[in-house]
Amino acid sequence: MSDQSTNSIAFVRTQEVPSMPPPYTAAGPIRWMRENLFATPLNGLLTLVALYFIYAILSGTLPWIANGIWDSPSLAACRDMLDGASGACFAVLTERWHQLLFGFTYPSDIYWRPTLAFVLFFFAAAPVLFFDLPRKLLVFTGLFPFIAFYLIWGGSVFTPLLALVGVLAGYFVYARYVASNFAVGFLGGIISAALVWWLGGFVIPEHEITEGAMRSVPSRDLGGFMLNMMLGVTCVSLSLPIGIALALGRQSDMPFIKYICVVFIEFVRGVPLITLLFVASVMLSYFFPPGSGVDLFIRVVIMITLFASAYIAEVIRGGLAALPKGQYEAADSLGLDYAQSMRLIILPQALKISIPGIVNVSVGLFKDTTLVSVISMFDLVGMIRGPILASTEWNGVYWELFGFAALLFFVTCYGISQYSQWLERRLATDHR
Amino acid sequence: MTTLTDAPEGQFRLSMLLSDTRYRSLTLQAIAAIALALAIFYLGNNVAKNLAALGLNINFEFLGAPAGYDINQRLIEYTSQSSNFRAALVGILNTLLVAFLACTMATIIGVLAGVLRLSNNWLVRKLMSFYVEIFRNIPVLIWIIIIFTIMTAVLPGPRAFRGDDATSSMLFDAIAFTNRGIYIPAPVWGAGSLVVVLTFVLSVIGVFAYRRYATKLLYDTGRLLPMMWPSIAIFFVPTLLVFFVMGMPIGLEYPELKGFNFKGGIKIGGPLIAIWFALSIYTAAFIAENVRAGIQAVSKGQTEAAAALGLRSGRIMSLVVLPQALRVIIPPLISNYLNITKNSSLAILVGYADVTATLGGITLNQTGRAIECVLLLMLFYLVISLSISAVINVYNNAIKLKER
Repeated sequence: MSDQSTNSIAFVRTQEVPSMPPPYTAAGPIRWMRENLFATPLNGLLTLVALYFIYAILSGTLPWIANGIWDSPSLAACRDMLDGASGACFAVLTERWHQLLFGFTYPSDIYWRPTLAFVLFFFAAAPVLFFDLPRKLLVFTGLFPFIAFYLIWGGSVFTPLLALVGVLAGYFVYARYVASNFAVGFLGGIISAALVWWLGGFVIPEHEITEGAMRSVPSRDLGGFMLNMMLGVTCVSLSLPIGIALALGRQSDMPFIKYICVVFIEFVRGVPLITLLFVASVMLSYFFPPGSGVDLFIRVVIMITLFASAYIAEVIRGGLAALPKGQYEAADSLGLDYAQSMRLIILPQALKISIPGIVNVSVGLFKDTTLVSVISMFDLVGMIRGPILASTEWNGVYWELFGFAALLFFVTCYGISQYSQWLERRLATDHR
Repeated sequence: MTTLTDAPEGQFRLSMLLSDTRYRSLTLQAIAAIALALAIFYLGNNVAKNLAALGLNINFEFLGAPAGYDINQRLIEYTSQSSNFRAALVGILNTLLVAFLACTMATIIGVLAGVLRLSNNWLVRKLMSFYVEIFRNIPVLIWIIIIFTIMTAVLPGPRAFRGDDATSSMLFDAIAFTNRGIYIPAPVWGAGSLVVVLTFVLSVIGVFAYRRYATKLLYDTGRLLPMMWPSIAIFFVPTLLVFFVMGMPIGLEYPELKGFNFKGGIKIGGPLIAIWFALSIYTAAFIAENVRAGIQAVSKGQTEAAAALGLRSGRIMSLVVLPQALRVIIPPLISNYLNITKNSSLAILVGYADVTATLGGITLNQTGRAIECVLLLMLFYLVISLSISAVINVYNNAIKLKER
């Protein structure tokens, strides 16, 4: 056998076989489809069902959108123009966009004021959101609340100025004393700010500005998507410090303080926001001194802030708990007192861990600001359900309006959540 | 000479209340207690003054007075002459009903969507993430209104079902979708239907008993009994047999168009459907994310180890992956149930008579007893939330990794 096998070597390949392209079923889009769309019969069925589903949705909506009419005085005129064909009546948006965005009583000649505030908001938020920007920009962030207040409410320029001066006074006292003792700096800051405000109350001339570009606008005239934005931004920013305080209180060794915080947090988290809004609309005014007449916007801000701070406290508590115990011990062994160790060691790390959670709470809260329409404030949803759908011209235009509202919220909330995911990747320092 | 650690006894100075860590916490707590008491006193004083100025007082007698309004959707006997308390009770039951329905449906949709998001089918995966992102990022309030609008403005009126040139027809001749609600057939319990129901209950118990027995046998002797087919057989066969032997005692009453409206069958009102479906699909998007995260949290090594042990893929799922994934999935799932219960208070928007709409809406407006109504409302939701949190805690303790 062996000699035969030696003889049988008749051919030895001296050249490499040129590589062939893979069969067309195992390459390119066909391979991709086989692997990703039709891997098994069940998978293929799912693909077909999904395709049909997409077709059903698109075939319903695309012609409707494409046929849309953008210029018409009323729904009836719209229907005349469509002449029985399926089509949207986007004219309601071109006709009423200002009501959807600003509410129906905000004076139309000063729409530029909230718009400017909205644009400035991005400049104010940028240094908070993106750490690479120069830190000096934070000064503008600090000034923004006063500018925005002046732009949106208008009136006397002295009110926001006085508020700013008070805050500045408080800040300088705090900065002066915080190095030696946090409690002294903190309390001193609050007291000096309050003092400035109180004294300023005597100095500032009381007069309503009812004319001109910067005339004052009462809060009941605020509405539309602007109201949602304002409630969301104000309440989230106010609830952050309260939430931090509550979270630290809940971690405290002092049983009384711990109990107060636990009871508050569990109570607020246990009731729906809508009951808290009922409190704001029908009950909260009883808690203020008689005759003070705090307006509904402020009452709603108070209740939503309390609501948000309880949720943010829980998120931050998670961050505090996730921090390794060594960090607490290291801070103690450096001889830092409680305030110093929290301010310099613990909170910067804990807050970093809790950023995704805080963003989640913020998105949820921003969506929940639509609930104010239940207590008859005219936010975006309130505007649609109230003045616009009740008007004779646009009674019956549902999809265009709700689609618009859904689109606005989707863009905002999806944007925020994408930012949060980006930030999470950015801040992932430990798993590289 | 004493050592440094010995605290000087009997030399208590007042400044030690602030400087000595042993006493400082007491000082701080005392300050907090005083501040809290002052705040409560201040607020209580304001309330008392305001109420006195308005000539109001706080009492709960209005609960016994006749409510004077009608409620469409009710699970217990109620007329407009019933008390406000009864109206609140109707509302509470309606809240629990819609919460239960929405929880069930949200779980089903959410688990399906979550599993499909991990499917290796590209199209399905994308479609599901589309669904999740769309529904998570748009307020539930808008979803409720949209579905309610479909129910009232898009569905045809009962008139469209009439006559030969009817523009609408009933699905399977049994279900009518109208703008007044959805009508479905109602079961008619004839004589002997009790036996059928009993058989059904017994066979459900039988399925569980069989599975337990099979598991025990497997652990004791290593013999593996078939699970699926016997379970299905025990579930269906006895009930069907008894059903036909007894001469089909359970029938269906179909809704019929009589006059201007449908009669017979069960009517599910538009508001209930709106709030039920909206809460379900909205929360299901969150549940889908939880389910996906839970399944992904089980490390790949677990699956591979199970495969190395020679388990089939179905068993890998049921014995190795799912028990570990459920540990991650269930706590957020329960808190989603809590969210559904709280969000069901939005039913007031579409006129579904839940407890917020009866006690916090009509009763509040008619009696003007704002403080009492809102307090009772909060108390109800608080009780529900605290009991659900208690369930979460019990579960978390039960599944905590037992470390030795």
